[in-house]
Formats: sequence, C-alpha cells, structure tokens
Amino acid sequence: MEQALREEKALLLSGNQAAAYGAYLSRVQVIAAYPITPQTTIIETLADIMTKADWKHKFINVESEHSAMACCIGASMGGVRAYTATSAQGLALMHELLHWASGARLPIVLVNVNRAMAPGWSIWSDQNDSLSQRDTGWIQLYCESPQEVLDTVIQGFMVAEKVNVPVMVVEDAFILSHTSEVVELPDQAVIDRMLPPRAPAFRLDMEQPAAFGGLLGPEYYQEVRAKLHKAMEEAGRVLVNVDALWQKNFGRSYGIVEPYRCEDADLVLVTSGAISSTSKIVIDQLRRQGRKIGRLKIKLFRPFPFQEIQRLLGDVPKVAIIDRNCSYGHHGIFFQEIKSALYGSKKGDRPKLYGYILGLGGRDVTINTLRQVIDLTSERDEPDPETIWVK
Amino acid sequence: MALTTFTPKPNFDLLKVEDVSSPGHLACPGCGIMPAYRTALQVLGKNTIIVAPACCFAVVDGPFPYSAAGVPFMHCAFETAAASAAGVRAALEVLGRDDTNVVAWAGDGGTFDIGLQALSASAERNEDMIYVCYDNEAYMNTGIQRSSATPRMAWTTTTPQQAPKIEYKKDLGGIMAAHRIPYFATASLAHPEDMMAKFRKAKELRGFRMIHYFCPCPTGWKTDARYMVKLDRLAVQTKVFPLYEVFGGRRYVLNVASEGLPVSEYLKIQGRFSHLQPEDIKLIQQEVNDNYEELLAKVDHSNRQRSNDT
Ligand SMILES: Cc1ncc(C[n+]2csc(CCOP(=O)(O)OP(=O)(O)O)c2C)c(N)n1
Ligand SMILES: [Mg+2]
Repeated sequence: MEQALREEKALLLSGNQAAAYGAYLSRVQVIAAYPITPQTTIIETLADIMTKADWKHKFINVESEHSAMACCIGASMGGVRAYTATSAQGLALMHELLHWASGARLPIVLVNVNRAMAPGWSIWSDQNDSLSQRDTGWIQLYCESPQEVLDTVIQGFMVAEKVNVPVMVVEDAFILSHTSEVVELPDQAVIDRMLPPRAPAFRLDMEQPAAFGGLLGPEYYQEVRAKLHKAMEEAGRVLVNVDALWQKNFGRSYGIVEPYRCEDADLVLVTSGAISSTSKIVIDQLRRQGRKIGRLKIKLFRPFPFQEIQRLLGDVPKVAIIDRNCSYGHHGIFFQEIKSALYGSKKGDRPKLYGYILGLGGRDVTINTLRQVIDLTSERDEPDPETIWVK
Repeated sequence: MALTTFTPKPNFDLLKVEDVSSPGHLACPGCGIMPAYRTALQVLGKNTIIVAPACCFAVVDGPFPYSAAGVPFMHCAFETAAASAAGVRAALEVLGRDDTNVVAWAGDGGTFDIGLQALSASAERNEDMIYVCYDNEAYMNTGIQRSSATPRMAWTTTTPQQAPKIEYKKDLGGIMAAHRIPYFATASLAHPEDMMAKFRKAKELRGFRMIHYFCPCPTGWKTDARYMVKLDRLAVQTKVFPLYEVFGGRRYVLNVASEGLPVSEYLKIQGRFSHLQPEDIKLIQQEVNDNYEELLAKVDHSNRQRSNDT
C-alpha cells in the first residue's frame, strides 16, 4: 500500500477536472458529449487530456445529449468502453436512452453535474435532474469531493463492467464541479490491474451474428427485466468489494453509506452530495456542546442500501433527512426512500422521520442552515405531517 | 404509352450472388423492405452491421430470438439510427475493424422526421456509414399515419379524405445534398441492377453515404401485393420517384430517364389516392413535372461544370 501511495501524483483539480481524469485513467475508448453548464469543463478537459492518450480512442462531438447517449450505446454494443457527461436539461433529454442503456445491459459511465431544472433557467445545484432518472435502471452514486468524483468514475467502470449495468456518478454544480482541491491521481498501473480492458459478455460480432433489442414478447420481457433488477442488487455488493480494494491499494474508501459519529446518537442527519462535508463541521460543533448528534451520508442511491439504512438508523429515535430536491406532491425523494427502507424493518418503535427540503436552485446551504434543521428536529416531539421547506 | 411496352433486359448475373439474409421474416405480402434488404446484403456481404430504429423493418426482421438479417443487428431508439450507427462505427474504429460496413436502415419517419436531427449531425460529421432510408411514405408500423414523406393529397389515418395532407413531401435528396455528403442515391425495386450498382458504389466510398429507396407498402397504400414492383416502376416512369445520384452534394447524375407517363397511371392503382378529383391529379402532375425539371436542371448544371473542368 505504501508503495502504491508513493507512486500517486497529486494535482489541484475541480470536480469536473477530476471527472475527466477519472475517465482518462479508466482508458475510455469512446467519448460522446454535448456541452451544458456546469458540465462543460469536463469535456473541455477531456478533449485536452485525451490528446495524450496512447491508446486508440474516439471523441465524438455530437449535436445533442440524446445523440451522445445513442453514440455511447452504439459504441458499447460494439464492445468498447464508453463515457459521457451532462447535467439537468441534457440528462432529461437523454431519458429514453437511459432506459435503453440499462435495458441493453451496457456498462456506460455518465457523470451528471447536479443542476436545477428549468423553468426558470437555473445553472445552480439541486438534485431533481438525477433523481428524476431514479427508475431508469442506472446505478447512481452521489459524491462529496473532487477526489471522490475521480475515484468513483473509475470504480463506476469496475462495477458497471462486472454487472453490466450503467453507472451515473453525480456531483453538485459549482460547489464540487468548479471548486478545486488537491486530488491524488491513482497510479495508472494499479488502475490497469483493477480495471483491465473491457471484455464484453456480448457485442455486435460478425463471427456470431445476433439481433439485439428486438421485439420481446410477454413470454420473455418480465424475466429479462427481473435479471436487470438482480444485477442491480448485485451491483451494491460489487461496489463494496471494489471500495475495499481501493482502500487496500490507495488507502481511502467511501462506503456505500458513510456514518459519521452516529454511535450513540439520538438524532441523525441524513445527507447526500457536498452537503455531507458541511454537515461534518456542524456535527463536530454540536458534539462539543455534548449533543448526541450524528450524520449518515448516502452515496449509493440505486440500488438503494436498504440493509445499511435499517442497521444504522433502525434504533435512532429521530432522523432528519435533507433533500436538495422535491417530488412535488410527495415529500423529498431521499425522505421517501428512507421511509420505505425503515417501514416494517423491525418490531417496536421505528425512528421518527423529519423531512426538510432546502438548497433548491443552488441556494446556499450553510452551517446555519443545517443547525436550523437540527434545532427544528430537536424541538419537535413529533414530525410535522408536511415537509418543511427551510429558507 | 402503355406499360406493356417496357421490355426489361434480363441480367442473369444478378442471380449469381450469395444471400446473406434468410427467409422467414415477418413482412406483409408485397412489402418492399426485404427485397431491397436482400439485394443490399448480396452486395455488402457478411462483414456488415445493421442498425435499425423503430419501424416496420425492426419487426420484420423477427421477434426475439429470431432474426432474418444474417448479420449483427442492433435495434435502436426511433430517432437515433444515425447517432447509434456513429457509435458503432467509433467502436469498430477503436478496435481496428475499418473494413466492416456500418449500415443504418430506417423508415421515412425515422429519417425525414424524428431522426432528422441526428441524421443531419452524422452527415455533417461525415460519419463513415451507409444510411438506407426505405420510404413507404407514412408511419406504417403504427398503422399508416402521415409523415413528412407522405405525398400531397394522399390518404393516411391522420390525413383522412375530408382533410387531406396539403403540404409538400420533404425533399430528402436536397437536404442531404446540402450537407455535401460523398454519396446520395435514390433506388427502386424495379431496377435491381441499378440498386445493386448503387450499393456497390456506396460500399466502395467512405464517409456518409445514403441510399433512399422507394418502398411500396400495399397495406398502407391500399393496393394489391402483386403491384409491388409495378408501383416502383411506375413511380420512376411517371417521374414521381426519379433515379439519380448526387456526388459530394453537387454533382447530379440521372440514372434512368423517366418516360413521362401521366401520374394518373401510378395513382389509380392505389386506394390511398382513390378520392382524388381530376383537378387534384392535375396539381400533382404539375408538382411532379416541376420537381423533375428542377432535377434535370441540376444534372445539366453538373454536366456543364464538368465540361468546364476539362
Ligand atoms: C420516440 C418514439 N415515438 C414514437 C414511436 C412509435 N413509432 C414506432 S415506429 C413508428 C413509425 C415508423 O415509421 P417509419 O419510420 O416511416 O417506418 P415504417 O413503420 O413506416 O416502416 C412510430 C411512430 C417510437 N417507437 N418512439
Ligand atoms: Mg414509413
């Protein structure tokens, strides 16, 4: 491990540059992408660094995100490693093809920069874009730092190619995408051992001609989809192993969820994305005051980590869930998911769940915002029936 | 001029070819999709990948686990034929398989309408593929609805006789020529030797190549299955669907001189035109004449350019 660590190079990288370096270190072969703020610096960086790639590759400047995903699907069907990145309107435009990519069981990796959906036009962070793609059959991973973005892109290919399910790596607009920090570049030779060239289980092959994706009658369709569901579940276990390998080789790991000072907590704050970092400071402050408060970051959103949620939150009296998103007419989306994970999980008392929607359209989420959430939760014996919108 | 005066020169060489596709597909009787597919694959051979969007062809090839294609066949979303094929080409390029033909095979709806954006982009990037548009002049797979390739005054389920389509059919050749692609050609089932020659030319060229062929659909055109080839022949003879090529978007070549039969000969054997009044037919005749003259002018212009060059 020491050896591997010493070989790492460190660079000052934004989340977007990290997303590009992650793709480069994964030795991607086909990139098809279309610009949208705040994703643009991913493809600009890639266009630049891929000129140094000493392996055969192709960068396709398509005319839309829709075609970007179509190209990735075609390339992936051809048997090579395909990558793209987008945000908000671009991701929404891809929607039909997101279903296609997962249904065709193609290990494409996409980085989505979380940006609010129009109207009104907003280029700033919130999660409604990626969470609207919840049921498209993509693995979804929410990151907290540029380092995590870089590592997760590579881990994403490792998982995707193992289970044949596409992976969406998600980072917050600007807060991560355009904020730089020192990022360690994992050694290429180590990555090459962990992520060898793609060996597709099937592809368009002149020696073994077959038709892919044609008419599938009611006698088959459901079983094929059940296999996708199984592969999704498997993906969670694979990611745990990949992450453990990462720890062994590079001395860092992320977990599919990350508890922070949750041991004896009587209130746990649930977060995702960059807010997870801010919340650590708040937890430390409150712990110093003697308050028993912890935080649980959810990294893996699909497949949803039911068991970990049950294990880590099942005995906590109060859980405050932060949603930088809204399912209009039905609470925040993480709130719904956690509620469903805990319902029926155990006999006796279940935790009381407090839902908070905040930070939409890039509104700043500060230490004070999070303290407000914790205070509102501490003050109330029972959660409000309505979701609380925090200013 | 009566139809019976047409005396085709038999070309037995056409029969000395190996079939790649197999029988057992699901096309309706008289459908033009598979005869052209079979012809194309006889020329292109087994080192070919087919990319097909939602359309009748996607069904005709066969349901899972069957396929009549004889080569790898990738189904793709309706509007993505040209983009998906570009992705396949990229993969082959990376893998060093430059010799494989990547063929997008789409209907008129997938080409003139919903797929036009991706098509234009792939043509503009001069992606290395052969794009085949089989034009049956409506959305047949969903039950005969109007497309922008539907001719004026034709009946479809969304342009009923009381409210016929009054808009012009889009000029696909003009659109593609404006992209300055290396090769564009129209083709007809009544001229298999010409169709084969065009696929051969397309195969030999690189970059974005398109073959636009007229594809009778007896089900949608409300006509008899036995008229398949006859309809394609009449479409050429009446100038409704002239056979021509465009090289580099500028050099026009006319392959078969249309004899100028009245359009009524072509219209009268199709139920989709049965509601037409004499004045409607006159209008159609006028449009057909105008289009043909415009085409001849382009051919003339290219001929003059060429003689200037030498
Ligand atoms: C996005 C989308 N919209 C609509 C459809 C439904 N659809 C499937 S095939 C088709 C018509 C195809 O028409 P065309 O391309 O002319 O081929 P044809 O069926 O006539 O051979 C339509 C509308 C679809 N599959 N996808
Ligand atoms: Mg059609």
